Amino acid sequence: MRLALRERQPPWLTFALAGIAIVITYAITAGLIRWAGANPVSAFQLMLTSPLSSSFGIGEVILSATPILFTGLAVALAFKAGFWNIGAEGQFLIGAMMATLVGLNSESLPGWVAIPCMLIAAALGGALWGFVPALLRVKFGIDEVVTTLLLNPVAALVVAGMLNGPLRNPETHFPESARLPDHTDMPTLIPDTRIHLGFGLAVVLLLITWFIVARTPIGLQLRAVGSNIKAARSSGVNVTRILFGAALSSAAIAGVAGGVEVSAVSHQLSNGISPGFGYTGIIVATLAALTFPGVLAVALLFGDLTVGAFTASRILNIPSTVGEVVQAVLMVTVVSVLVFRKYRIVFRRGERTW
Amino acid sequence: MLTIIEEAGSAGDSGPCPQVELIGIAKNFGPVSALRDVSFSAAQGRVHALLGENGAGKTTLMRILYGLTAPDSGLVRVGGVPVSITSPRIARAHGIGMVNQHFALVGPMSVAENLLLTHVGNGIISLPRARSHVIELSETYGLDVEPDALVEDLPVGGRQRVEILKALSHGCSTLVLDEPTAVLAPADITSLFALIRQLCADRQLAVIFISHKMKEVLEISDEVSVLRQGTIVSSQANEDLDIHRLTRLMVGDDNRTLEVLTGAVSGEVNPGSEQTAAPHVAVLEVSDLVVTREGNNVVDRVTLTVHSGEIVGVAGVTGNGQTEMVAALLGVVEPTSGTIRMVGTDIIGTGVRGRRSAGLAGVSEDRHSQIVGALTVAENLALSDPGRLSTGHVLSRGAMTRAAGVSIDEFRIKGRANQAAGTLSGGNMQKVLLARMFAASPRVVVIAQPTRGLDVASTAQIRSELRERAAAGTGILLFSEDLDEVFALADRIVVLFRGRIIGEVAGATATAANVGRLMAGIS
Amino acid sequence: MVSTFFEILGATFRISTPLIFSASGNLISERAGILNLGIEGTMYVGAFVGIAVAAASGSLWVGLAAAIASGIVAGLIMSFLSVTLGVNQHVAGLGITLALIAMSNTANRILFTEDGGQLRVEPWSPILTDLGPPFEQYWLTYAAFLLVLPAVWLLLNRTGLGLKIRAVGENPEAADAAGVRVSLIRYAAVTSGAALMAVGGAFITLAFLGSFTIDIIAGRGWVALALVIFGRWRVGGMLIGALVFSFVYALQNRLRLIPEFAEIPYEILLALPYVAVIIGLMITGRKMRYPGAYLKSYRRS
Repeated sequence: MRLALRERQPPWLTFALAGIAIVITYAITAGLIRWAGANPVSAFQLMLTSPLSSSFGIGEVILSATPILFTGLAVALAFKAGFWNIGAEGQFLIGAMMATLVGLNSESLPGWVAIPCMLIAAALGGALWGFVPALLRVKFGIDEVVTTLLLNPVAALVVAGMLNGPLRNPETHFPESARLPDHTDMPTLIPDTRIHLGFGLAVVLLLITWFIVARTPIGLQLRAVGSNIKAARSSGVNVTRILFGAALSSAAIAGVAGGVEVSAVSHQLSNGISPGFGYTGIIVATLAALTFPGVLAVALLFGDLTVGAFTASRILNIPSTVGEVVQAVLMVTVVSVLVFRKYRIVFRRGERTW
Repeated sequence: MLTIIEEAGSAGDSGPCPQVELIGIAKNFGPVSALRDVSFSAAQGRVHALLGENGAGKTTLMRILYGLTAPDSGLVRVGGVPVSITSPRIARAHGIGMVNQHFALVGPMSVAENLLLTHVGNGIISLPRARSHVIELSETYGLDVEPDALVEDLPVGGRQRVEILKALSHGCSTLVLDEPTAVLAPADITSLFALIRQLCADRQLAVIFISHKMKEVLEISDEVSVLRQGTIVSSQANEDLDIHRLTRLMVGDDNRTLEVLTGAVSGEVNPGSEQTAAPHVAVLEVSDLVVTREGNNVVDRVTLTVHSGEIVGVAGVTGNGQTEMVAALLGVVEPTSGTIRMVGTDIIGTGVRGRRSAGLAGVSEDRHSQIVGALTVAENLALSDPGRLSTGHVLSRGAMTRAAGVSIDEFRIKGRANQAAGTLSGGNMQKVLLARMFAASPRVVVIAQPTRGLDVASTAQIRSELRERAAAGTGILLFSEDLDEVFALADRIVVLFRGRIIGEVAGATATAANVGRLMAGIS
Repeated sequence: MVSTFFEILGATFRISTPLIFSASGNLISERAGILNLGIEGTMYVGAFVGIAVAAASGSLWVGLAAAIASGIVAGLIMSFLSVTLGVNQHVAGLGITLALIAMSNTANRILFTEDGGQLRVEPWSPILTDLGPPFEQYWLTYAAFLLVLPAVWLLLNRTGLGLKIRAVGENPEAADAAGVRVSLIRYAAVTSGAALMAVGGAFITLAFLGSFTIDIIAGRGWVALALVIFGRWRVGGMLIGALVFSFVYALQNRLRLIPEFAEIPYEILLALPYVAVIIGLMITGRKMRYPGAYLKSYRRS
């Protein structure tokens, strides 16, 4: 199959292609759902719409969207600068760990001091985790994909080690930390829901990042570095500083995500605190085409899917991981299908296309 | 593996028979029509030149002949028989060999491996056999190559020989040379022409010589076809042609462009240089500049001076340190040692921004490595100094658009301020870079390959811009592999050879011969 | 003391087996210019499909064949995305990894929601047990060291196919002009590489453990990725990296038995091999020369 550049791009093309991607995703996931013994149509209906049918459900969607809003933002920022931060998962975990450490030792501090301290510690922890890959990239030109990826299992091991050792719960003796003191609980944003200030923080960070990238000199330079690093360098941009800044900011945001999760949701550190938030963040950023409003939209969509998948799994007795399948397959189909915005298929008689 | 080329004896004596014919070729790229109803043919034992300015469609036509692109309509005949060429392998099977403008060689592999690549199947290979094959070939055709040398270590002339040998090794009956002289020193050009004549005479090869350089076309070809904006406007034997007729055919009438194409080679003087008054102050003083790469001094203690209002041309074959020297001068990379003084102050270590503030700005050779295609024209223009167009820490869109508008008018850039820079033509991209360079009101500019690959109109415009700036007092250090350009613009010419300034010639007394000798390393 | 050393040596070879398979697969793919981040997911699906089919069919060999088939499918998808469509390789590979892991986990749960049990088979036993460590290894380990490694080396350095793969990875335009079928070579490299990766995953379920758990690959795909870079895209360097990682891994298992080290949570020690690889990257990292066309898709216009 060969591709050739399109002459023109009709405006309806993007929508048509997105539709095709959704159909393909549906077809693939439907197969699994049927195998699990359920009707795919009802499964998808439950997944997409059931959370939205009550205000409680909507609250749950926002709650579920919060951590991936953070990680999606973190990844989008890094990718926009051309720094392939695949380590958001590990940065999240280290951030969660740092927040736990601070939180457990914060008895003498009032809540409105303790929580920011936890989040700052989380940010620093995340940034620390991003430091080595960033350094290796700017100093030695080592592809950060590999280094950030490798540090993910390391972070998991560090957390597991701490939970097995110094942080082990003295009462239950399980590999989980003690329950953090109540004053470290993140306050709710909207009463009678589980939506907490963390969501507000995420949105604020999103807006700030959006503004900086789009409307400031640093943002312009960052976009240049992400688009054509040689051109940025020859224009006088301090590429090292931009890459470092973007990498550390991204890692810090992912760390904050971990801290928020500890403070607002789990109130303790455990091995399963992240069901892959860092990786989902990559899917979010990609589907948002690295646009910041897109990150918000996709994060909410995925929050909807995750909550809905749990509902569907309870009612239809299918694995809740179906939601993850939808998310990952959607990413692959969307990026594949979008190629056809610029290109069309060409078949020529008798032509060997290799 | 070695195929003997058949002798062309048996054809009747009705004149040289066409070895390859292209008939009615058309090709569009999206909405752009690159070729319209193009027809021409090349005969055995003759050199047929395809002359046209950059962007006329020459390379597209040859890519079609070589199977790298498919035509939208038209016919190709080899030896009178219609053929369908859908890949380079099929082209080679029909005896068509091509030597690219940008060599299609794999750098980290040896000459033998590169040649082997075109012949090999999938099974076990024997490097000693590949090596002896290369030696055999080079003896057969009289082309001197070293089988074990890594291609990336070879000089440009050497790489071209490898490419030619590669093309010949398949039993070639039609040899296509795409802009072969663009990067060669005069001495290399002479040997290339001798080789071409020998191949035509001894092997009855049909040679298609693609170029935008009229002098060389007139020297080597038997027939000339002129391609202008995608159509053939003339096709005739060499005897009836002269430079002026050819120019008119190539670009139509225009005095400015005439000068660009006819150039000023032996003896002709840069029109501007006589007006340069008495000594101006030295604005750029480079002393003992050294740039080291992997243990070698690619720039080896270079010392030169540029005065205000002066154009200094740096001539030299590609690969003698120009790229590294430009990068070091501009601050993209800091030199290993030496000093660069702007009116007395050493600016080494200050990076690109520091040099800009000190009054040294420039454009290096690859425009795609300097323009961020995804950003707008206005954003690209602002990128060197975005703080200047902001209030507080926020970019002022209005100021950026206004500044872009000024540059667009001043340099006649065909594009809008909010257009993605990647959608501009090569010439307009170059103008954007020039605009950005001059926006800093530099005292000295360093500019490399300013008109490479550009059409005649843009070339003329850029050259006259440089002359005007020099006349207004800016010092210009021009790096160009195009000798015609150096002769056209420079007051003084220095020649770079293996990282050193090997000699200097005044613009008034420069000839292809004396500069060519320096370029070949003879001081 | 000596017997402990032989035990550690034996463990080193065992632990490095999945790495040798996957890193070899990745090496072929990267030499052709394609970075296949689907490696973690491909190992995962190879591990899952291998044991699921082995359990269903009662034959480990059938399971292995199925694992190879799943690797080929994963490789074809990656090739289609990155070679034919020209999708960004990072995105394509990561998407495939995440999708394959999610699908395997879902299939795993579907198969065992009622039982609540794990997939289990009677795994391959080591051969040459009479000789004791370090010769007592699984046949797949012998295959990895004595078959796969030399075959990959021979392929890349002594065959025309290998020459084409290297040319495609350095300069696809030049290779195309030389008559090499760039797309076909890339498809072949990525797909055969993915098949090897799947075998690497299947080794863990079919030989090493005999069972499947969530997160069974635990980042070994990423390690394999790093090993190729550490080895500067050469078989020898990659082997050294694999042995170093596995040696440190085997060592920390034994270190725990020493009283001084018993206090340290074993997870921290488990992190050592990964850190060793990162340090290794820092050492070989200077003046790295990536294959010329690394990460660049090629389209003949």
